[in-house]
Amino acid sequence: MQTKDIDENIAWAKINADVLRSMENPRMGYWIAVVCCLAMVSCAVVAEIYQYQTGLGPANLTWSQMWGLYIATFVFWIGMSHSGTLLSAILHIIHADWRKPIYRFAEAMTTFSLMTAGLFPIIHLGRVWNMYWVLPYVSDRGIWPNFRSPLSWDAFAITTYLTSSAMFLFIGMIPDLAICRDNARGWRQKLYTVLSLGWQGDDRQWRNFRRIYLLMACFLIPLAVSVHSIVSADFAMSIMPGWHVTTFPPYFVAGALYSGCAAIITLFIILRYFFRFEEYMTIPILEKTCKLTFAIAMVWTYLNLIEFAATWYGHDMVAKELLYWKFTGPYAPYFWMMLFLGSVMPFTLAVEKLRRHLPTMFVVSLFLNLGMWLERWMIVGPTLSQNYEPFAWSIVWPSMVQWAIVFGSFGWFGLLFLVFVKVFPSVSMYEVKEMVFHRRTAHRPDLAVSLHRRAEDPQPGSTPSTKGV
Amino acid sequence: MSLKNVLENWSNYRKGAEEGGHHTYEHMWGMAIDLNKCTGCNACSVACYAENNLATVGKDRMMKHQGMHWLRMERYWDEPDLGGDDNEFQVRGGSVLPMMCQQCNSATCEPVCPVAATYHTPDGLNAQVYNRCIGSRYCSNNCPYRLRYFNFYSYYEESWPAPLHMQLNPDLSVRDKGVMEKCTFCVQRIRTAKDTAQREERVVKDGDVITACAQTCPTQAIIFGDLLDKTSKVSKVWESQQVVLGKAKQSKENKELRGYRVLEGLNTDPKVLYLDRVREA
Repeated sequence: MQTKDIDENIAWAKINADVLRSMENPRMGYWIAVVCCLAMVSCAVVAEIYQYQTGLGPANLTWSQMWGLYIATFVFWIGMSHSGTLLSAILHIIHADWRKPIYRFAEAMTTFSLMTAGLFPIIHLGRVWNMYWVLPYVSDRGIWPNFRSPLSWDAFAITTYLTSSAMFLFIGMIPDLAICRDNARGWRQKLYTVLSLGWQGDDRQWRNFRRIYLLMACFLIPLAVSVHSIVSADFAMSIMPGWHVTTFPPYFVAGALYSGCAAIITLFIILRYFFRFEEYMTIPILEKTCKLTFAIAMVWTYLNLIEFAATWYGHDMVAKELLYWKFTGPYAPYFWMMLFLGSVMPFTLAVEKLRRHLPTMFVVSLFLNLGMWLERWMIVGPTLSQNYEPFAWSIVWPSMVQWAIVFGSFGWFGLLFLVFVKVFPSVSMYEVKEMVFHRRTAHRPDLAVSLHRRAEDPQPGSTPSTKGV
Repeated sequence: MSLKNVLENWSNYRKGAEEGGHHTYEHMWGMAIDLNKCTGCNACSVACYAENNLATVGKDRMMKHQGMHWLRMERYWDEPDLGGDDNEFQVRGGSVLPMMCQQCNSATCEPVCPVAATYHTPDGLNAQVYNRCIGSRYCSNNCPYRLRYFNFYSYYEESWPAPLHMQLNPDLSVRDKGVMEKCTFCVQRIRTAKDTAQREERVVKDGDVITACAQTCPTQAIIFGDLLDKTSKVSKVWESQQVVLGKAKQSKENKELRGYRVLEGLNTDPKVLYLDRVREA
């Protein structure tokens, strides 16, 4: 049974070769995946064009149920973006080096799911063409957005998070882009030459690089937490039963990390299988991700129970009735399914035998994400169906227009990800080397000395030289 | 574009927000609806359709909750407080509640609009600026009364086939698809009355403005007027019912008084007063 996170004997050149190999010559399967994603996106595009021309009526939105799947899926995608930051920033700061082979694609996932999420508030607008009014651009007429509205906070939070996480992804990739540059020909070489910003790998560059990377990590952690708290404010700041909940910010952040970690497991298994990354994305690393996911799932479950308890003890009749109704009403199958998938399903992650079985984990991670998507729908849907005014109580199921756009968003995300894995290294080469180096020094000092220590380097125990080399 | 202009506007905006918006109201338009008098005939709703150019959406869309009835007649069949059951209406008949935008003084829809398309006017009205609306529909989701209606389709071209377009009220803005709208307390009539009063160099008197619903109600169940004018008819009803603005819970001395405001416990401070229907037993 494999217990080591990574093989300590692995050679630098092999790491480079394996990762660079994943970026060249797409095979048939890749193109099929691209075509599938394009087909999904075109479903959404057709639906959106129809909706743009006709209005929001065909989406089956009504005066009692104004948001529907769009906002639920928006929250889902925003949530998905959080685990990239968890892996690349939080685990970086706490020196959990097992994150190194898998953080790059998680970080890419962050950026792409934000790019997907950002589309939904735009799609759901009644007048899409005026969407820029939400931004505080300088206007001579002195018309500003409403800074009290959580929706305008959303606009700031998402744009900030998107630019920051894209920058973080890019900065963390610079040394790898230099490796790509040195190994590429043609348009790729030109691209990587520009993107690697003249990286030579000297000491000064590495020092500055470390500093800016740490700085970005420290900046991103509070940002990620605040972004989903602000998204939760869309609901928590309202007056509606089931939305006006104090625990929503941590609940949303936990749910976000949860669905993101589940998505990391899915993509981990896909990349490992298709790119033959068995030596980097190892089973012990998957196991660690699974344990993390399990812990977050339990936090999510706990926060769910808190919400139920708070509603129960709060004696707000409307909120209480809504909670009963979620358990027993027409949404009950979905609600129970969400509770099952979100709270019971993760126990498979606690069993070592299942955790090490890739097909099981693949299916489980997809189900966990289905559960998390249902969670968002169960936040948006039931509250709008039943709240204060009995006359407005109604059950409206989403129409094909909504489903097509939600469906297409997965294609859009997949498309971005497919482009990414062929243009950029989806495993961080320099950080895998770093990880191997540290493990080597810890477990095989003899090998480390023979491989990494030059004659002029200070010997262990001696005071390091302060002379410049 | 001058920076000075922008900065001045900004500081004015900040000032307004910090002071909680308008402090001095010129008027405070309000209503009182006597449910004892209301027969549920829907004439008010029809009048509203005629006055405000509301789109008729057809039976299917109406059933789907995509209607545009700014004033809707809500029917309730049982009254659980009285220990009733669903069969009760066969004997007693249902209850009706005409609901239009309650023009809340601390409206939940106002703070959530991302572009400030809905705001409070110095008239105490909860105004909706159609041209500013981008259709995020957050206001409707945050309205506990669900009294905001969205243009799910483009109606202005097809909803009034000739010669019906000849009866459209020219005093109103056109609303295209993707815009939220709601009862305005017939703001065009208020505007006209204020303009007339200004031309005649006097203040707006009680009775100068009457909303289409109040004008049409055959039993005169709806009373409309200025709540700041203590001599107005509507003020007197509010006073006699011991209902005051700005409170989440009324401290009525006389429990027999019928006046109540819908969902006032949410601290929305609505400006429509209902007088409860009194039934035998």
